[in-house]
Amino acid sequence: MAADPRIANPVRPAFVTSDREGSVIVSIGPSHPATHGTIQIFAELDGERIVRTDVHCGYLHRGFEKECESHTWHNLIPYVDRLNYCSALINDFAYVDTVERLMGVEITPRCKYLRTLLSEYSRLADHLTCVAASLMEMGAMTAFLYLVMIRDYIYEHLADLAGARVTYSYGRIGGLARDLPDGWLKRLGEILEQYEEFIGRVHGLVDRNRIFIDRMRDVGVLTTAQALDYGYTGPMLRSTGAPRDLRKDTPYLAYAELDFEVPVGIKGDNYDRYYVRMREMDESVHMIRQLMDMIPDGPINVDDRRCTFPEKPVVYGEIESLINHFKLVMEGPRVPAGEIYFAHEAANGELGFYLVSTGEGVPYKVHVRSPSFVHMGGAHLMLDGYQLADLVPTFGSINMIGGECDR
Amino acid sequence: MGAEVFEPITASLASGGEEAGVSHGILVVNVAPSAVEAAARALRNRFGFDVFLDVTAIDWIGQSPRFEVVWHFYSTEHKVRVRLKTRVPESAPTVASLTPLYGSAAFMERECHDMYGIGFAGNADLRPILLYEGFEGHPLRKDYPKEREQPLVPYRDWVASERGGD
Repeated sequence: MAADPRIANPVRPAFVTSDREGSVIVSIGPSHPATHGTIQIFAELDGERIVRTDVHCGYLHRGFEKECESHTWHNLIPYVDRLNYCSALINDFAYVDTVERLMGVEITPRCKYLRTLLSEYSRLADHLTCVAASLMEMGAMTAFLYLVMIRDYIYEHLADLAGARVTYSYGRIGGLARDLPDGWLKRLGEILEQYEEFIGRVHGLVDRNRIFIDRMRDVGVLTTAQALDYGYTGPMLRSTGAPRDLRKDTPYLAYAELDFEVPVGIKGDNYDRYYVRMREMDESVHMIRQLMDMIPDGPINVDDRRCTFPEKPVVYGEIESLINHFKLVMEGPRVPAGEIYFAHEAANGELGFYLVSTGEGVPYKVHVRSPSFVHMGGAHLMLDGYQLADLVPTFGSINMIGGECDR
Repeated sequence: MGAEVFEPITASLASGGEEAGVSHGILVVNVAPSAVEAAARALRNRFGFDVFLDVTAIDWIGQSPRFEVVWHFYSTEHKVRVRLKTRVPESAPTVASLTPLYGSAAFMERECHDMYGIGFAGNADLRPILLYEGFEGHPLRKDYPKEREQPLVPYRDWVASERGGD
């Protein structure tokens, strides 16, 4: 084409020349076969050792927050799914919970326990993905296949519930899209048993494996003080030894009624991040088993005409419900004017929604405090000073998810 | 929750009659733009707010001052959050950077600068983080049209190529 191909360099590295003799600057990514996630790292290398790094994200930026300002509160739910797409249900529930608090809606008991159960089930899938991918990147193919097989059972099982494998759009303001299908909890019990069998095999293959320990122990070390200074939350913070978990500290949903522990690491290195996630999965399974016996009967949606859609037969049968349905679809639920920040403990840490409403059916502002973005802000702490080959397992242990990092 | 924690903070940060109150469990304090850094320093050093969660802005287009900058802090000791807010005009949308206090501020201030064009005095590195070099405007401002496109790689003229003219 004759037109000027204005292909500018999309990023400006913090350093382009090395200030020491013998070191070179290399650009890793944005699409590198050894990193999962689209990210660019400029690294100054002294031999095989990383001297300093400049981490760039944003390659998956798609204007999520801008798009939210022109859709109704309900229509955002599919977008919210695509933040952390490894645990989409947690995003769903964190978002609708925040909207419900702004509206003053209290969900039904059945919905509360189901959301708690599904949040933990999603955390299980997310940690399985993270651990499996990290192990695969170090060549542990068998462990990868064991873990991803269980994750696929979970995805298929959630597809029975929500109709999709990954992005479920299952949360609703004031409830859930639909109730559990017949036999869903029975299959859940089977999957948890299979999980336990295979997670035992992974522990056996990996935990005391010499290669694994040599590559993970004392690599990418982060102290608690550094982690707090850089706003770290979730498994990253807990791996440094700080027992900070929003499910315990500021309980929401049904977490106050559950018996569970908050596993912590001892050193904040790659090995601890692996082990904290493995232990958290066991705690999630323990919670799911408690919740399976706690779910009460009853409706899943609140009876509130401001947010809940009327049943189809009455929409077709009476004019008030027809108008109610029409208004909810065309104008969206009216959320009282105000602002709110609320956070759930997502698989990667504190997932906060800051919502501003002017009383319309469309949000004035939606801001996501995404753990992955915050974690990338301190990634250099875990990369600088280590070997180039350590970059891959360290980056894997951060579990950066482009969807929520770049929004 | 948190009333006994919030009381001394309110007394300290809103001593000059600044608007303050608890909203959905979070203490909200409106401060003057020049008082942001001192307020954040007090939160961190005196009241134990060790985690800097977030900074963002709201574009109240048509109002004066136009922008509202919003910070969130969390205390792992007291398990509560505080929100600081301030208004800055369109002509000088600049506030103090919190990078001397919190490492996490560096990345988040870059994002806020990308999206709203808020300047953070003291943050030397405000390069684009979610956007790219050469991007014009600030997409989360209300006067930035959602449909506007700024592709780095020019789109192919499909009509010409359909005709075989490419």
